[in-house]
Amino acid sequence: MTLTEKILARASGKARVQAGENVWVNVDVLMTHDVCGPGTIGVFKREFGKEARVWDARKVVIIPDHYIFTADSMSNRNVDILRDFAREQGLPYFYDVIDDPNGHWQFDASQGQHKAQYGSRYTGVCHTTLPWKGHTRPGEILFGTDSHTCMAGAFNQFATGIGNTDAGFILGTGKLLIKVPETMRFYMEGAMQPGVMAKDVILHVIGDIGFDGATYRAMQWEGAGVYGMSMDDRMTIANMAIEAGGKNAMFPCDQKTLDYVNERTKENGTKSEFEPVELEKEQSFVYDKVFDLSKLEPTVACHPDPGQRKLAKEMGNVQLDRAYIGSCTGGKTSDFLAFAEVVRGKTVKIDTFGVPATTKVVRELKDTQWGGQSVWSILESAGVRMTENASCAACLGGPVDTFGRLNTPMKCISATNRNFPGRMGNKESQVFLASPYTVAASALTGRITDPREFVS
Amino acid sequence: MSHVLTSPVYVCADNIDTDQIIPAQYLTLVPTIPDEYEKLGGYAMIGLPDDLYPTRFVPEGGLKTQYKIVIAGRNFGCGSSREHAPIAMGAAGVEAVVAESFARIFFRNCVATGELYPYDAQERLCDVLKTGDVATLDFDANTLTANGVTYALKPLGEVRPVIDAGGIFNYARQSGMIAPKA
Ligand code: SF4
Repeated sequence: MTLTEKILARASGKARVQAGENVWVNVDVLMTHDVCGPGTIGVFKREFGKEARVWDARKVVIIPDHYIFTADSMSNRNVDILRDFAREQGLPYFYDVIDDPNGHWQFDASQGQHKAQYGSRYTGVCHTTLPWKGHTRPGEILFGTDSHTCMAGAFNQFATGIGNTDAGFILGTGKLLIKVPETMRFYMEGAMQPGVMAKDVILHVIGDIGFDGATYRAMQWEGAGVYGMSMDDRMTIANMAIEAGGKNAMFPCDQKTLDYVNERTKENGTKSEFEPVELEKEQSFVYDKVFDLSKLEPTVACHPDPGQRKLAKEMGNVQLDRAYIGSCTGGKTSDFLAFAEVVRGKTVKIDTFGVPATTKVVRELKDTQWGGQSVWSILESAGVRMTENASCAACLGGPVDTFGRLNTPMKCISATNRNFPGRMGNKESQVFLASPYTVAASALTGRITDPREFVS
Repeated sequence: MSHVLTSPVYVCADNIDTDQIIPAQYLTLVPTIPDEYEKLGGYAMIGLPDDLYPTRFVPEGGLKTQYKIVIAGRNFGCGSSREHAPIAMGAAGVEAVVAESFARIFFRNCVATGELYPYDAQERLCDVLKTGDVATLDFDANTLTANGVTYALKPLGEVRPVIDAGGIFNYARQSGMIAPKA
């Protein structure tokens, strides 16, 4: 069996499962956020009754992160709906924007977008929060009401996105009926060259198989090249399985995975026992291809979808209006450090926005010193408009007052993961997806730029 | 649900993603609140680029569409997991989408909510039909007839009874998988 099949077999109490089979699985963690949480709660109450209790309060994780720093009153109300539910159900893992469990969230636009407006429990983007707070564990099953839930596949976990109705069903029963996906294997050899990042790997692969090339399928990553990658790199890759239509991503578990997970479950007091799934000799794949990481070059996905692959070096004639770094995929500390490496001591030529994925990333960028200056201030000195308000922000457009949102037709290069028409706001805009290195180099020149001009 | 549906069709191309079906700024509407459910219908397909889709899906200021059948190319509903997408279409009055293929989560959400019948076409109907053509969808024969031609559709199989029942909860109760509502 493949890694995905092994996890699904275990979670459904069977010795074996086969691709195509429908099985009921027991859920280890259900995650929801401010956009889909209120609807999920609505389904749960409608179907199981007003007095119903969730199946297991310690398995529900609620993370407001999408439309937080906006004066839009409906968005603010939706965070309140989550708070009421968390209080009523006694949920220990609700990462609220404010500290008062009986309060109301209201964004104060008069304080501006840059200064932090959140309490001590707020974390930021859900998929980056889950591993940080010790909710991702090898061998387990995670469902989330968000398509990039597949990011947790980096941790040898079966993780996938679902809708409100399925999530409401899980809240009441702790189970879900799912189809076992076929598995595609991506076998990585070699190591990435300087100037190349994990984002280039996944953009290359999506370009290769087409952006519906993995529809209904598991994308399993193997090979020495994968073991050489950091957990952050694996997360960037797993995150974008959905951009090829994939159901989930799956990485093997190694010492790096164990160290990362053990440290965080301990730090947060979350469940610490788990059982990874190991690779078997006998696996059957619907697709199996070897990639040489050392051959990959900085890659860009062009408007209007993540499968429109080109090399950055061929795109120097594309003039840009804006650069953006942020999101679950591209807003981690390592992403900002790569970005800062390129822009350090220089000045960006176009409007450039930086939105850390989590409040921890904000802290780490302020605490990391390079030559007596914090990385945060290096970025600001280069002209990057940084906000302390970690969230999804303009990655998915959002309400019109969202930080960095494309409110007029323009061309933007972005370290995020999705570029369909209108994704970052205006529907006539064009978004180009690239690595933090490539976004940084392009911010300096105002046109799409191969970062190897700046990184040695 | 009647077993035959006749309606003008709305035709769109490949890769219509959930941001085009219901743009992110309208996701503040909560589908389980009846009033907000109706409003979602008014914004269905409003993210389609105007130059490619000059005919509005829902008339300006309206809540319902005249197109109960949507015809599409490959990978319809790709992108986010927002259930607001099939719900907005269902709220606007759409009953079926006939596409060359569907993205996984959208397909699943159609079934889970019981809002829409997601039919796989056996040929590229988005190239032969145009918006406004009147078509008849026969749910039992699994065919779509338009302009005098009958096209075979892939039968819905095991998901049909779930959608007929009005979604997974109703289906699970009818079949005894979960307890009836108190
Ligand atoms: S950062 Fe973007 S891709 Fe990630 S969860 Fe938020 S909206 Fe989705």
